[in-house]
Amino acid sequence: MRKRGNKILVVGVGNDLRGDDGAGPAVIDALQPLDGLQAVCAKHDGDGASLMDLWQEFGNVILIDAVRSGQAPGTVHFINAAQQSLPSGWFHYSSHAFGVAEAVELARILGALPPTLHIIGVEGHDFSMGVPLSEAVEARMDYLCALVRRDMQCIRNGEAMRLERPCHA
Amino acid sequence: MCASKNSRTLKVDYMARVEGEGALLIKIKNGAVKEVKLNIFEPPRFFEAFLRGRKWTEAPDITARICGICPVAYQSSSISAMESIAGIRIDGPLRELRRLIYCGEWIESHVLHLAMLHAPDFLGYQDAIAMAKDYPAVVQDALRLKKLGNDIMKVLGGREIHPISMRVGGFYKVPEPSALQQLVPELEWGLEAAEGLARLVATFDFPEFTRDYTYVCMRHPGEYPLCEGRLVSNRGMDIALDAFYEHIEEEHMEHSTSLHSVIKGEGDYHVGPLARFNLNFDRLTPRCQALAEELGAAPPCNNPFKSIIVRAIETLWACEEALRLIQGYVMPDAPSLPAEPRAGRGHGCSEAPRGICYHTYVIDEEGIIQEARIAPPTAQNQRTMERDLRELVPGLLGLSNEELTWKCEQAVRNYDPCISCSCHFLRLEIDRDA
Repeated sequence: MRKRGNKILVVGVGNDLRGDDGAGPAVIDALQPLDGLQAVCAKHDGDGASLMDLWQEFGNVILIDAVRSGQAPGTVHFINAAQQSLPSGWFHYSSHAFGVAEAVELARILGALPPTLHIIGVEGHDFSMGVPLSEAVEARMDYLCALVRRDMQCIRNGEAMRLERPCHA
Repeated sequence: MCASKNSRTLKVDYMARVEGEGALLIKIKNGAVKEVKLNIFEPPRFFEAFLRGRKWTEAPDITARICGICPVAYQSSSISAMESIAGIRIDGPLRELRRLIYCGEWIESHVLHLAMLHAPDFLGYQDAIAMAKDYPAVVQDALRLKKLGNDIMKVLGGREIHPISMRVGGFYKVPEPSALQQLVPELEWGLEAAEGLARLVATFDFPEFTRDYTYVCMRHPGEYPLCEGRLVSNRGMDIALDAFYEHIEEEHMEHSTSLHSVIKGEGDYHVGPLARFNLNFDRLTPRCQALAEELGAAPPCNNPFKSIIVRAIETLWACEEALRLIQGYVMPDAPSLPAEPRAGRGHGCSEAPRGICYHTYVIDEEGIIQEARIAPPTAQNQRTMERDLRELVPGLLGLSNEELTWKCEQAVRNYDPCISCSCHFLRLEIDRDA
């Protein structure tokens, strides 16, 4: 296993050709530049094995993805993956049933989970091919970016960041 | 879910994350299987429609999108068809690079399937995550092998999924020898890892189930088949690619939007690793042959559950072949040969990880596609999978509904990783009549 660096990896997961599935990549686009926050931004398709490879060099990872948990579109979830399992039904990957949730849980078992792994999920509404972000998700973009920036600062300062409850639009 | 003493129906309404979408229905009455329907809705049919009117050079990149795990198969088959129309013959380093990127696809696809999707069935785990608790080293090796396959595709194709370097006439860009040399240490590790996987899966407890299959695969005069050769069967078929539809017909079935392929006058046939292995064993490397003999898996191997062993041996072969190709690689003078369209019909075929992927195109003198027809391996195996289930289930009626469903899913997973990955979405419905 490679040595983990101190940089923060901010990875937006999803397919920007499938409506709200593109929320993660859209946050990455909106975040840059990162104003010297010592972070690396990446977009990712959500393949679990590849994700595990991507984050193994980083001690701190913030992952943004669209989720489907049944709550109101635009609801934002914050999961500290080091302390909490991921609901597998929330995250979807198109091809092989091995996506974000499976990568996190497999990495946990294999001892390959980044020491800090924060998952920011935004409840999607429309995952159709070729459509833009839904209004509910689009309306949360500024908040999501602010949340990522705040989380990066918390990580840098060694502070815990949490949402008291799912944050509704 | 409902059932009776004498009758039960196993109904899986929605199988997601396959090459299309599908469902599984098995009806059992008085100890006999009355009906088996494996319904897969194939997206390639839509591709055939919207390929019409596109340029001949677009087919490789468009058809690659049919599948995220075997895009090289679709690219290779479409390129082969187009080059046959244009009279282009690829040789030397360009040909070897095509085989190399295909080796990468075999490695990543085979390992994902055999270690992460299929092995849990045999070891009694719900999935690879549960399996990893007891077999962490196996899962770690599998992930590393899969990454090796992906890395080969990335070095040659620009990215791991849907690589973008292959084109009619060769490649848009070819790698420096040094870029390929960087893959060597990991490939040398891969040899041992793949052999280790083969030794592990060979110890699994396999159901006593064999069938007298008709196998169909490609055969090359001197190589284990990838993207060149004739089409052969164990029943005497030995045809050029352009004779495919003289021997194979596709049937519409009421329960399915995909086409079922059959050999005219014979019926279902079996494509994929087991077909290749049984009909091309003499083309494997000595190391692979010796390993198969040692593991008791040498041909004839007619137990579809043992395809997991064959996939592991083919993974070893792909590592060996990749090393051979890299060690002999000399950078070509140009990344591609000139390619000018001419009106005509062309046929292409290659061995996707799960079987032959056959393409036919008609283009006009401007290179505009007039007709496209694709026979993916999943559709070709569909009838065979149904027959497997029809013959397997009667011997398993003593199992609970849950166990029986699992065994049926495992039997489907013998064939195709894209179908097998749907297992997490299977829903079972069992009816029993009084």
